[in-house]
Amino acid sequence: MNTKVNLAGVELKNPVMTASGTFGSGEEYSEFVDLSRLGAVVTKGVANVPWPGNPTPRIAEVHGGMLNAIGLQNPGIDVFVKRDIPFLKQYDTKIIVNVCGKTTEDYIEVVERLGDEPVDLLEINISCPNVKEGGIAFGQDPKAVEAITREVKRHAKQPVIMKLSPNVTDITVMAKAAEAGGADVLSLINTLTGMKIDINRRTFAIANKTGGMSGPAVKPVAVRMVYQVASAVKLPLIGMGGIATAEDALEFIMAGATAVSVGTANFYNPYATVEIAEGIESYMAKHQVEDIRQLIGCVK
Amino acid sequence: MGKVKMTGKVVSQEALAGDIFSMWIQADEIAAAAEPGQFISVYTKDGARLLPRPISLCGIDKAEGRLRIVYRTVGAGTKEFAGYQAGDDVEVMGPLGNGFPLERAAGKRVFLIGGGIGIPPMLETAKALGGGSTAVLGYRDQLFLKDEFEAYSQVYVATEDGSAGTKGNVLDAIRRHELQADVIFACGPTPMLRALKAYAAEQGIECWLSLEERMACGIGACLACVCQSEDVDSHSHVHNKRICKDGPVFLAQEVEL
Repeated sequence: MNTKVNLAGVELKNPVMTASGTFGSGEEYSEFVDLSRLGAVVTKGVANVPWPGNPTPRIAEVHGGMLNAIGLQNPGIDVFVKRDIPFLKQYDTKIIVNVCGKTTEDYIEVVERLGDEPVDLLEINISCPNVKEGGIAFGQDPKAVEAITREVKRHAKQPVIMKLSPNVTDITVMAKAAEAGGADVLSLINTLTGMKIDINRRTFAIANKTGGMSGPAVKPVAVRMVYQVASAVKLPLIGMGGIATAEDALEFIMAGATAVSVGTANFYNPYATVEIAEGIESYMAKHQVEDIRQLIGCVK
Repeated sequence: MGKVKMTGKVVSQEALAGDIFSMWIQADEIAAAAEPGQFISVYTKDGARLLPRPISLCGIDKAEGRLRIVYRTVGAGTKEFAGYQAGDDVEVMGPLGNGFPLERAAGKRVFLIGGGIGIPPMLETAKALGGGSTAVLGYRDQLFLKDEFEAYSQVYVATEDGSAGTKGNVLDAIRRHELQADVIFACGPTPMLRALKAYAAEQGIECWLSLEERMACGIGACLACVCQSEDVDSHSHVHNKRICKDGPVFLAQEVEL
C-alpha cells in the first residue's frame, strides 16, 4: 500500500499534516503522538520579530466549533531557528514553516532567514483574520496575492505554499492569482471570520470582537472550496477545515487535496493526527486502494 | 509520568450546595501523577461542544487511583457533568499545569485562601501540607467543603451576606482575626487575587496565586490562555505566560492581574 504523496517535489510519508497555529512547533503534542508518524508538521506562524498577540479572552466555543483571535503570538525567527527547528529535526517528518508578516519586507526577511535552514516547505500566511496589518489584508485582493507570491518566490529557496482565506467572494480568483505569482502549492482554508456576543456581560465573547471560526462546523464549506480550487488551478492542494477523523480527511482528498491538515481537533483529541493517518490506511486496506494517489480528486 | 487523555469512570456524584457539585472519577494514570493545585480537562459528550472544561483537582486518591473535582454548573457543559452518575464514562486529560510549591511552605505559617469555586484546589493542598495551615474561605452565601478543611486546617470563613463568619471578603476575615502567615497559597476570582497580591506586597509575604482563563488545548500549544507576566515568557519571549502550562500557579509579583 502506498500512502506517500508529493508536494512540489517533497515526498511526505502520508498526507496527514498539522494545521498552523494549532500544534505549536510540535513539542507539546510530542507527549501524546509520535511526530514521525506524520507526513509533515506545519508550525505556528513565525514573524521577523516576536509578536505579543491579542488581549484575552482569545477564544470562545461556538456550536460545533470555536472562534479564536490569538493574534499570531510568536517568538520571532531568531528563537524559532535556534529552538524549534532543531527540535523538529529529531523526528522523521517534513518541516513546513508558516510565515507571517505585517509588510512584504517582513515576510521576505523571514523567508530569507529560512533559506539555509533544514526546512522542507514554506507556508505563507496571507489569510489570518485576526491581525490588523498584514495577514488577511494580503489575501483578499487578487493583485496583492499575486504580488506577494511573486516577491516571496523571488527570495525563497524552498517551495512555497500560499495559504488562502475563505473570507472572499470567489476563492478561485485568489487561487489563480497565487498560481500566476508562481506558488508551488496552495493550502485552504484558513478560518472563517465570526463573532459571538456574551449576552450576560453584554459584550463580545472575545476581546478582539471578531475571531476565526474553525472546527467540524466549517468542514462542508472547506470541502466545497477545495473542490472548486482543484478545478481552477493545476497546483497541488493542502485541504483543511474541521478535519477530526479519517473520514473527514478522505472527503478533502477525494475533493482534490493531495494532503490534509488537522487543526482544531488536536485541542479536544491530542491523538487525532495519528488516528487519522491510521484510519486512512484502514480505509485503503478495506477498499483495496493500492495507492492513495488514486483517491486524490477522484470525485469529479 | 506524562499527561494522558483517557476515558475515566464516574465513581460518585453529589450536590454539595446550590449549584456546586462534587464528582469522584476513576482515572488511575492521572491520579498516579497528580499534585495539589494541578487541573484536568473534562470533555462533554456533546459533539457540538468541543472544548474541554479545565477544572482544578479538589482531591487526589493515589491508593484508589481516583480524582475529585468540585465544580459549579455555569453553562451547558458543566450542567451535563452534573448529570453523570456512578458508572458513567467521562473523558478527561491530565494532570495539567503546575501545582502549589509545597516545599515553599516547609516550617512556615501558611494561609490557604480560597474564594468561591477557587476553594476546591485548596483542600487537597491543605491535606498535602499535613496540618498546621490556616484556611481562609470566602463564600457568597452557602458554605461548602468547610467541614472537610477542619480535618487539616484552622478554618476562618467570610461570607458576602454575613450569614456565616465574617461579613465581607477573605481579607476582612484575616484583619478581623488578626491572622498572620509567612506564605500565601490562593485561588479564587481575579478581584480577590488582586487584593491578596497587594496585601502580600504590603506585608512582605510570599504569595502564590492560581489563575484561570478560557483554554483550548490545555497543554501550552494554542496560546489562548495567556496572562501578562513581569518576566519574558519561555515560549514566545514576550510577556505572556501560558496559564495552562507555565501556571496555573504563579508567584504574585510575577503576573499582572
